[in-house]
Amino acid sequence: MAEQTQAKKYSKPLPHLDEENRPWWEALQRHELYIQKCRNCGDIRYYPRALCTNCMSSDTQWIKCSGRGKVYTFTTTYQNQAPGFRESLPYIMAYVELDEGLKMLTNLVDCTPEQAKIGMPVEVVYEDVTPTVTLAKFRPAR
Amino acid sequence: MSLSRKTAVAGVFEHPTRFAPDKSLFQIMAESVRGALDDAGLTIKDVNGVCTTGIGMSGMGIIGFCDYLNLTPNFVDSTSIGGSSFVAHTAHAAAAIHAGLCDVCIVVYGSTAASSRFAIGTGGGGGGGGGDPCDQYEIPFGPTTVGSYAMIAQRHMHDYGTTSEQLAEIAVTMRLHASMNPVAKYRDPITVEDVLASRIISSPLHLLDCCIISDGGGALVITSAERARDLKKKPVYILGTGETVRHAARGQRDFLEIAAAQSGRLAFERAGVAHKDIDMAMIYDSFTITVLSTLENLGFCKRGEGGAFVSGGRLRFDGEFPINTDGGGLSSNHPGMRGIFLVIEATKQLRGECGPRQVEDCKIALAHGTGGTLGTRHSGATLILSNQ
Repeated sequence: MAEQTQAKKYSKPLPHLDEENRPWWEALQRHELYIQKCRNCGDIRYYPRALCTNCMSSDTQWIKCSGRGKVYTFTTTYQNQAPGFRESLPYIMAYVELDEGLKMLTNLVDCTPEQAKIGMPVEVVYEDVTPTVTLAKFRPAR
Repeated sequence: MSLSRKTAVAGVFEHPTRFAPDKSLFQIMAESVRGALDDAGLTIKDVNGVCTTGIGMSGMGIIGFCDYLNLTPNFVDSTSIGGSSFVAHTAHAAAAIHAGLCDVCIVVYGSTAASSRFAIGTGGGGGGGGGDPCDQYEIPFGPTTVGSYAMIAQRHMHDYGTTSEQLAEIAVTMRLHASMNPVAKYRDPITVEDVLASRIISSPLHLLDCCIISDGGGALVITSAERARDLKKKPVYILGTGETVRHAARGQRDFLEIAAAQSGRLAFERAGVAHKDIDMAMIYDSFTITVLSTLENLGFCKRGEGGAFVSGGRLRFDGEFPINTDGGGLSSNHPGMRGIFLVIEATKQLRGECGPRQVEDCKIALAHGTGGTLGTRHSGATLILSNQ
């Protein structure tokens, strides 16, 4: 019942979890952020996938991230017809370059549009949006 | 095996409609095909190749469209890489004809985006359907098509000091061109101040930095150079083509390098022409930043110099480097996808059919389509055409 109520309240699109991506999403539920590293050639990658794009090896290591990074680019969105977002305008979408070297799409939170700057140090915050989905968002580093 | 000058655009037609609640999708497409065949002096019986895709049809819609026109072609291509698809189709049709797979190939697009009230740039999902594995890491954060392009603009401004005024001049120039195009949707002149005063849709892009939403359609007839020489209109030869995609690159992307860098290089190499040979260009203008970024990546100016390059009236029909003389997607029409109109206007310019907006002494033209979302995943397709 609690699950139903929460699912109803959260109206933004949710990711589809499958066997390939589940470990990554489960880690987020524990409030841990991971990238992948190929054990064969050392190439790092995000988003997570079953094999290395450099050497095609399936031998994958999960690397726990510090949760720190810098804003690579961003946009403050004032118009989006999609359910969930049209009620929460404006919001900031950004690519954050993690200290580990990879860029990931996310939202900046606890940050006004005027505050947002490219190069700004940020840190991860975990938003538990449903019982099975936690999102990694970022706020100005404290 | 060079394709240069082996095939030609023999017929083109841009559907004049910008709002067609009274027409079906296939009707707009079929009327466009009829127009392009009339233009070429050919009939539906000559057609044995079909290329199409669209936002309004299903994934297998090409079969349904062949059903509508009772066609049983020897070659079909429904490559679907966003708005650039029809530039890529033109290349594929040329290759197919040269390889003997078909003789007369139509490339066609139609859409009722406006009358169906389709929120193209701001509907969420960021252009994709949201169902691919990569989408799962994006859809929770509210991606939109305009937002994806806006993030490229933001980074460009940060790295190179590009200004909103410079981007605005692109929109102002497109509107000037639209004012000379009787079928353009928006024809009243605008100023840089108007663009800057329009509301922000996704920072730093304003409403007038964004393409319009219209209905519309268009078609091309592609055939061998030899056959085209016996047809009604002067042939416009296909000199070189290129296509590719750019994406997140496993989290390691350089965001200011876009698909045009590769597709453009391929097209120039294959055409055997240089940048200085290009008399006019049709550059997909989904947003003002699309134009600036594409011009840099095609190599018309260096990376970071796009802001200065698009300034001072250079892009006007009577300027140093005319682009989008029809008014582009920013002012003439943007029925969801726009690639077909790039090839249509380039062809008309090379035939000297553009009246008040005609580029003087136009011999070689370039068309570049960008499809998808520039800041997440997109495609680029380049075509170089000549009347000689």
